[in-house]
Amino acid sequence: MNATVENPNWEVSVPAIGHVLQPGVDTSHKVILYLEDISVSFDGFKALNNLTLAIDAGELRCIIGPNGAGKTTMMDVITGKTRPDSGTCFFGQTIDLTRMTEPQIAHAGIGRKFQKPTIFENHTVFENLELAMKTDKRAWTSLFAWLSSEGRDRISDTLKLIRLDHQAERQAGLLSHGQKQWLEIGMLLMQEPQLLLLDEPVAGMTDDETERTGELFKSLAGKHSLVVVEHDMAFIEQLGGKVTVLHEGSVLAEGDLATVQADERVVEVYLGR
Amino acid sequence: MRTPFIIRFLNATPRAGWIALGVFAALTLVVMPALHLLLPESSPFHVSTYVITLSGKIMCYAIVAVAMDLIWGYAGILSLGHGLFFALGGYAFGMYLMREIGTDGSYQSHLPDFMVFLDWKELPWYWAGSDSMLWAILLVLTVPALVAYIFGYFAFRSRIKGVYFSIITQAMTFAAMLFFFRNETGFGGNNGFTDFKRILGHDITSPEMRATLFALSALALMLTLLAGRYLVTSKFGRVLTAIRDAESRVMFIGYNPLHYKLFIWTFSAMLCAIAGALYVPQVGIINPGEMSPANSIEIAIWVAVGGRGTLIGPVIGAGLVNLFKSYFTVAFPEYWLFFLGALFVGVTLWLPEGVTGLWKRLKARRTA
Amino acid sequence: MTEITHTMTRYLLSLLLCLFAVPAFAALDPALVRQLADEDSDIKIAAIQQFGASADPEAGRLLKAMADDELLVGDDTVFRFDGEQARDAASGALIEPVPEAYESITVNNRIRAALSNALAALKLFDADRGVRLTAAKELQSNAGLEVAPILARAMDKESDSEIQALLRQAHALANLGNPDAAARLAAVDVLSDSASAATRGLLLPLLETANEPDATVRAAAAQAVKEIESRLAIGETLAKMFTGISLGSILLLAALGLAITYGVMGVINMAHGELLMVGAYATFFVQTLFRAWLPDYLDWYLLAAVPVAFFAAALVGMLLERTVIRRLYGRPLETLLATWGLSLVLIQAARVLFGAQNVEVANPVWMSGGVEIMAGLVLPWNRIVIVGFTLFVLALMWVLMQKTRLGLFVRAVTQNRPMAGCVGVPTGRVDTLAFGLGAGIAGLGGVALSQITNVGPDMGQGYIVDSFLVVVLGGVGQLAGAVWAALGLGIVTKFLEGWWGAVIAKIVVLVIVIIFIQKRPQGLFALKGRFVEN
Repeated sequence: MNATVENPNWEVSVPAIGHVLQPGVDTSHKVILYLEDISVSFDGFKALNNLTLAIDAGELRCIIGPNGAGKTTMMDVITGKTRPDSGTCFFGQTIDLTRMTEPQIAHAGIGRKFQKPTIFENHTVFENLELAMKTDKRAWTSLFAWLSSEGRDRISDTLKLIRLDHQAERQAGLLSHGQKQWLEIGMLLMQEPQLLLLDEPVAGMTDDETERTGELFKSLAGKHSLVVVEHDMAFIEQLGGKVTVLHEGSVLAEGDLATVQADERVVEVYLGR
Repeated sequence: MRTPFIIRFLNATPRAGWIALGVFAALTLVVMPALHLLLPESSPFHVSTYVITLSGKIMCYAIVAVAMDLIWGYAGILSLGHGLFFALGGYAFGMYLMREIGTDGSYQSHLPDFMVFLDWKELPWYWAGSDSMLWAILLVLTVPALVAYIFGYFAFRSRIKGVYFSIITQAMTFAAMLFFFRNETGFGGNNGFTDFKRILGHDITSPEMRATLFALSALALMLTLLAGRYLVTSKFGRVLTAIRDAESRVMFIGYNPLHYKLFIWTFSAMLCAIAGALYVPQVGIINPGEMSPANSIEIAIWVAVGGRGTLIGPVIGAGLVNLFKSYFTVAFPEYWLFFLGALFVGVTLWLPEGVTGLWKRLKARRTA
Repeated sequence: MTEITHTMTRYLLSLLLCLFAVPAFAALDPALVRQLADEDSDIKIAAIQQFGASADPEAGRLLKAMADDELLVGDDTVFRFDGEQARDAASGALIEPVPEAYESITVNNRIRAALSNALAALKLFDADRGVRLTAAKELQSNAGLEVAPILARAMDKESDSEIQALLRQAHALANLGNPDAAARLAAVDVLSDSASAATRGLLLPLLETANEPDATVRAAAAQAVKEIESRLAIGETLAKMFTGISLGSILLLAALGLAITYGVMGVINMAHGELLMVGAYATFFVQTLFRAWLPDYLDWYLLAAVPVAFFAAALVGMLLERTVIRRLYGRPLETLLATWGLSLVLIQAARVLFGAQNVEVANPVWMSGGVEIMAGLVLPWNRIVIVGFTLFVLALMWVLMQKTRLGLFVRAVTQNRPMAGCVGVPTGRVDTLAFGLGAGIAGLGGVALSQITNVGPDMGQGYIVDSFLVVVLGGVGQLAGAVWAALGLGIVTKFLEGWWGAVIAKIVVLVIVIIFIQKRPQGLFALKGRFVEN
């Protein structure tokens, strides 16, 4: 019945939530996400072509690639929106994501931020965060749920972090584009996911906002794992993690930014032949 | 510290709401029945049978409109088949009313007249227990809800939404209408149920019974509004509007929209069934025409006229449209459809938020 | 009792007739004619039978006159009136003076039966092929053994193969009652080629020992029944296929317009059924004009109605698009409600203009009747014409969408509106025209509907759900999908109707479609794709 997490330290105790009974993610082999030989095709067009990718626990990974390289489709596969034609997709050692629905995957601990900021425009900023907060999300429970003071505190902490504490009661649809991006990131944090998938998180942000986002992501890495899809090279440089280049649905190159930028094939793909 | 549920339920409705509700309760539960029953017809303050029946009918419509608004206004699911649940509720209670006729029908048989006419010798199995009012109430509460649950489960599970869903619900009520039109279905075919005589042994046309049914409809409407108010202010309600605005975001933060939609859909169907059960004894007839697609889509226009996404809007809308209808269809019968059609067009084009939206806008302009 | 003696005499007399097979003669034998007026019914009947076997048209006229009580007897002469004059029934010579006292020849029931048999037999020898054909057809169901000899003679004389076959069949039927087992066996053998349920009904009693003592004949009959039944089943299936196809083409006509407005443009037009109605009323209007001004060409009014209905519906459609629908692009649920309102207005307008009653739209003569493909399978012309018309509309639509500039523009606008606008496509005008095209095609559907259903203000209401089902089932935006969906729905509906009746069939089809859409929300032919946020 209690709508909040009793112990804010979620890494230690994760209550049984929704229909997901996994006590947590088994990252004993250091890998938190493992995609192997994933293929997805739409009417003959291969969006993903034997994609194999591993993300370590606590890693901050950037993914780049030209339009149509399969970045969004990859995220769709991980979050359960698209079922792969073949291949396996494991979260930790035990959780097979290809058999789960979107809400189940979200419960398992994967949060996703869309390319276009997707927030609840008719709700207040506060309500947006409240809805996202990690808790029992079944329909029946929500009928009798109410917000505890711990939950309220967590929301106000997050509000401060995303610098929207003065806008808490504002309708989310009235925020600026950059603020919406931040709100969505805040919602992701409220979910307390172990893996964050971020699709172009700084698009439409001012330089100042971009810089602060970068700082936030770097502070999250280690405790969380992050996968960031971006086009903004300066931002990627700021993040400083490992970079994976996708091209025509599979991995073209992998390594730190400098190595990847020096790779001839990558240059060819980006500049045309 | 936990606030008890009952306190939270009461807190869901603001003070002004409670006052309005109190006034409404006094009017419908005390004043109007009293004026109808105690004053002689010659008195200028006498409330006539016509007024009692018409307002009782409109309050039933208002319940349907609120039910429709819960799924359309709050969850963004436009049903074009709500007339089905209304009619099912009516039929479920109508079975009891048919049995209460006893041997006073034209054929003086224990069977309802239409069965005698079809030369049936005994009641079909699904009429078993229909002579008990409690069983009838149980049927009203469960059968339409079950139909809605099963239909909704399959539709929402396959993520059918928007216009697709609307068209399918229309097909659903259309199919049901055809089914009930058959004589063999065992619900009176074309003519449905009519010529009711009694409820619990009391004459159904007596002023006391009319006043009782009227007061019950008012009570049901008030309870519907309170429950609706609680629902939409609860976290459940916020998730529901979130589903309406950005369903995939809701899924990706871990809610399963299926259960939310299914709950509100079934609840809404149940409300319609209750309204239908109260409606039938007041108008004295139920037939498959109530399931026609045109009837169901008209419910949507009540909600649109009053204002979607508010609870008072549908009540106002149902009242306005139906008052107008009962006047218009008598005064200018040939122009009613023109008017109704124009209403559909006009409201969608110029009054997307309905009368309540207009009121809010006017108020905002005055304060600005 | 009388019935038996009656049959017996008839039987004996026909045998006699065969023995004395009288050659045809031009003038009628006066002695024989006088026998018709005899007091004794048996003698009368003998004469009638003899005339019946004569194959003389003059005899036919005489018997007809007798059956109509126009044959008179007076002064020992048999005569009839030709206007004011009396003529001898045998020679046709004038009789003067007209006999003072006369009466019509008494025709009792026995004689009347003999007369009608003789008349039917005479028709088998008529010079007109049509008359012979009708007579042979009449004898398919009720030929008794007594007509067998006449039939045999007719078979010998008959040169037309179609009539010959019918006669063979009738002859075999007549011989089923033959006391000679060999004759019965031959008859059964002939009948096993039949494909009619009536023949099967006549053969069935032969399967039982009580009716048929001979085992060989029983076995042959059983085999024949089996053969007929399999033939009947094929015919029935083909008939159902055809009615299914014809229903499918009607559904398709109703849905094709929607395939453009909803399928391509994404507009939920609940007034689509009323556009069908506009087309049907336009047909009615053209028919009225033809009746008033060009009654000689009335049969061809339908051809003129096609363009009129197209433009009438297109005009109404464009008007709706300009005034209402265009303000609601991108808001499907609102469009749904507003167009429903428009449909109410259109229905009421039709009531005010043409009255609430159904109006009468006649099939042209060239569309009535049908072609018989095989025994028991008659395809009505109006259905065939509608199937053909559907193909025509389909082709027209394909050409318009694929081969014209308008089609190109429509496809461009629906795929990427801003981009199309940027390259100079007048998007607003294209919307209006495309909607008008969809509406016009609905109008064509209305022309077809006017030929098979009632034309009334409410006629469109019944088609809106069906049309949407076709488009949704076929996959939105898929012309080929709509075609298959319509045909599939039509054929499935007709087969289900055969098993469970129309209402249950309709319900089952709706349930099937609902389940199907659950399984495949994209429809039969939808493209799978990467869907960006709804």
